[in-house]
Amino acid sequence: MGMQSIGRPTSPFPSSVSGAETVSGSKGLLQHEDLIFEIGSPDKTGVDLPKPKGGKNRLGGVARQQSTGLPGLSEPEAVRHYMRLSQRNYAIDLGLFPLGSCTMKHNPRLNEKAARMPGFSDIHPLQPQRTVQGALELIDELATWLKTLTGMPAVAMSPKAGAHGELCGMLAIRQALIARGEAETRKRVLVPASAHGTNPATAIQCGFIVDEIKADARGRVDMVDLRSKLETTDDVAGIMLTNPNTCGLFETDIKTIADLIHDAGGYFYCDGANFNAIVGRVRPGDLGVDAMHINLHKTFSTPHGGGGPGSGPTVLSDALAPYAPVPFVVKDDDGFRLIEETEGDAAQAFGRMVAFHGQMGMFVRALTYMLSHGADGLKQVAEDAVLNANYIQARLKTVMTPAFEGYCMHEALFSDAFTADGIETIDIAKAMLDEGYHPMTMYFPLVVHGAMLIEPTETESKQELDRFCETMTVIAERAAQGDEALKGAPYLAPKKRLDETQAARKPVLKWTAPVPEAVAAE
Amino acid sequence: MRYLPLTPEDRAAMLNTIGAASIDDFYEDVPQSARLSGTIEGLPDHQGELAVERHLSRLASKNTTASDVPFFVGAGAYKHHVPASVDMIIQRSEFLTTYTPYQPEIAQGTLQTLFEFQTQVAAMTAMDVANASMYDGSTACAEAAVMACRVTRRKKVVLSGGLHPHYAAATRLLCEAQGIEVIELEPAIDGELDLANHVDDVTACVIGQSPNVFGTVTDLSPVADAAHEKKALLVSVFTEAVSLGLVTPPGEMGADIAVGEGQSIGNPLTFGGPYVGLFACTQKLVRQMPGRLCGETVDADGSRGFVLTLSTREQHIRRDKATSNICTNSGLCALAFTAHMTLLGGKGLEQLAVLNHETACDLADALETVSGVEILTPRFFNEFAFRTPVDAEAVLAMLEERGVLGGVRASRLISDPGFGDVIIAAATECTTQDDIAAYVAALKEVI
Repeated sequence: MGMQSIGRPTSPFPSSVSGAETVSGSKGLLQHEDLIFEIGSPDKTGVDLPKPKGGKNRLGGVARQQSTGLPGLSEPEAVRHYMRLSQRNYAIDLGLFPLGSCTMKHNPRLNEKAARMPGFSDIHPLQPQRTVQGALELIDELATWLKTLTGMPAVAMSPKAGAHGELCGMLAIRQALIARGEAETRKRVLVPASAHGTNPATAIQCGFIVDEIKADARGRVDMVDLRSKLETTDDVAGIMLTNPNTCGLFETDIKTIADLIHDAGGYFYCDGANFNAIVGRVRPGDLGVDAMHINLHKTFSTPHGGGGPGSGPTVLSDALAPYAPVPFVVKDDDGFRLIEETEGDAAQAFGRMVAFHGQMGMFVRALTYMLSHGADGLKQVAEDAVLNANYIQARLKTVMTPAFEGYCMHEALFSDAFTADGIETIDIAKAMLDEGYHPMTMYFPLVVHGAMLIEPTETESKQELDRFCETMTVIAERAAQGDEALKGAPYLAPKKRLDETQAARKPVLKWTAPVPEAVAAE
Repeated sequence: MRYLPLTPEDRAAMLNTIGAASIDDFYEDVPQSARLSGTIEGLPDHQGELAVERHLSRLASKNTTASDVPFFVGAGAYKHHVPASVDMIIQRSEFLTTYTPYQPEIAQGTLQTLFEFQTQVAAMTAMDVANASMYDGSTACAEAAVMACRVTRRKKVVLSGGLHPHYAAATRLLCEAQGIEVIELEPAIDGELDLANHVDDVTACVIGQSPNVFGTVTDLSPVADAAHEKKALLVSVFTEAVSLGLVTPPGEMGADIAVGEGQSIGNPLTFGGPYVGLFACTQKLVRQMPGRLCGETVDADGSRGFVLTLSTREQHIRRDKATSNICTNSGLCALAFTAHMTLLGGKGLEQLAVLNHETACDLADALETVSGVEILTPRFFNEFAFRTPVDAEAVLAMLEERGVLGGVRASRLISDPGFGDVIIAAATECTTQDDIAAYVAALKEVI
């Protein structure tokens, strides 16, 4: 018997009072929490620093005039602030996070432990290379895994995220065209209508022109359209194609596409966002790919962290390898060495994309994950991811509308055709919040009306999938019946539906001190 | 396999529900010639936690850490103390294992911290607005250059001779791909103000850095005036965010865009990444900014909440007309930054900055006692360049043999042979008087 009850066990008391309104603004375990600017004070601090000695100054007068005015918090207040805010977030560690094309799989904690070993976390990128041989060896080992898994001869490790890897691949293509003397004439990049928005944005950033290819009725590249786009070839720089594609389907004609692009004198950039579906089962190098970024934060389990940091190493074919950016690691008799300048071994490199050597903290996590799974485990990863997606598709196909016929890869895509008039995809998504799920990706890809893209990943159990499918079945039936209550969802999330229109119309992007009423009245 | 919940029985039952004979059915669209049988060759099979941890420990043990030795390496990344609670906060599952806050009703934790982050960065840089972070300082610098070209509809940028060479390289790469002309001034320890002489009617922006790669602090106000006279922008860069507590910030110098590296606050060195790029600008440029922005709004009950906003700038809406291809920011590193800043507060940041500056002054004073050493940086914050009587690479190698990591040789970053005898050394609150004494003693032995 606990001290709190001292022999008085509690029992439920029937009551008609809902208790929803509270004085504190908190709701049971969900504590109310204001902004640090409202709870902190400039005089508080959570860090004890030695007192400056005074006297020395070599700033030459280049000194800040206005103080920042930023508040501080003591450690208990700060910890409580972030704990309270954390409870307003959904996360993989809380439940299924079926965000299509994002591969929200479990993030093993061994990865975190390894990344925090001082031998990795407490080393400087410009230390003498003799003092960081273990770090360079790790980068080389990870590079070997990536090259072997993709069947590609080279990999650029420095890109900071998936979109940055796209930039890397497209800049390598640009450099290859410069070397051929065709950079000014070959400007056209073919991009499917279903592509991630980063693909056309990247092509434009590299100075290319985007030419959109249609999808066919099977959700793949429309080969008739593609061939028509290749009637003239001397202006073609390449194609940017996601495989498996954003409809969750393997591009059946991928080798033909690669051949057509190569015959046209262009290069094949593959968006590797969906590599999780095929890792260990298919090597992109066997499909004619010239460049592909790998999102370590998707396929290889590094945490998404609420929007980064990511990491996007980019594998390159023999045709593009000479143009890989600096830095890269080589091994010789003296050990491992960084090539940091675009000369000598790297005379043809297209340049440097970032300061230093890439996302080392993510490299450690990804390698830890790869070693844990091994070649056998990674193959099982892909198979379970695909099995889980097909299971969801099979269980929901009678209540929702699959966008395409046949099996899917790692994600199941539905259109909104099953919903009653007035009920939209977003209403289904918001109803899922009340049921304790993060919604699927919605309204993407653009080629499917009201798209709902569900990617469960391999780290969900059958029990979780069953519970999810049972929930989705009920929500889908409500949507089909035109249940108006869906329009008001979510009812139980920490916030009701938020006004994004107002946020964009008159952007408030930082906190400003409220004007005291007496001053405002003057 | 510890990360895979499905049992063989589950798999069989699921295949049965689907109506598939085997997993191979799902891969029938893969061209026959690309289908692999068995597992990929040349890679080991799965291993338990203990074996994997041993492997990683072995690699980690081959590296000398910044805490192992007297350590003076900077030039764009800095060894600072990170409070224990910061690492605990970013390991909180709800922050660590969530995604970009696309569903704001269940992502207020991430969104509110981003709003707080943006407010802190704007205040620290003395700029109107800041975004939710970039990959790192160098990519933020490159994005600032192309943003300036969008804003001014011009295609020429000028980089100072004190801009971190890696930042210059990243900027040159992105600009050249877009047909933007890049003028790089000769490497110079105290040449930021030269930018004022290189602005013309077709210049989109000039990019200056303070403290620059040699540690020199400069009031860029004259550069801002010269730029604005020609309707060009000033992009003001920093690689040491702690300097914002003491050194004239970009907004006080008339900068239009401020970019920098935020690693120093809340984030460990980690061999160069992941770090967190800071990006701030004036109010009138906000709609041309790259990257995510978090804004305040209300929910259906009228209660305050936060959302990602102005997404019509971004690639997932605008595709080929987006302001940038950037998708992720550096969310968790931004969280570490904002949590550390919340612990410090404005006064804590100032005190930390003063400590850094005083320690660097102590280091400079001590090094100047070594015969042949010449401090080259006229005004500095926590880092400076000095000349040695012999080749810098040889000096640093001999220091390393004596257990001191004495800084970065300028020649690692700058190919100009005039810098072969220059070392860039940094001191922070982690640097002790014993470290400084060890440096001086070792240096006296080798030169």
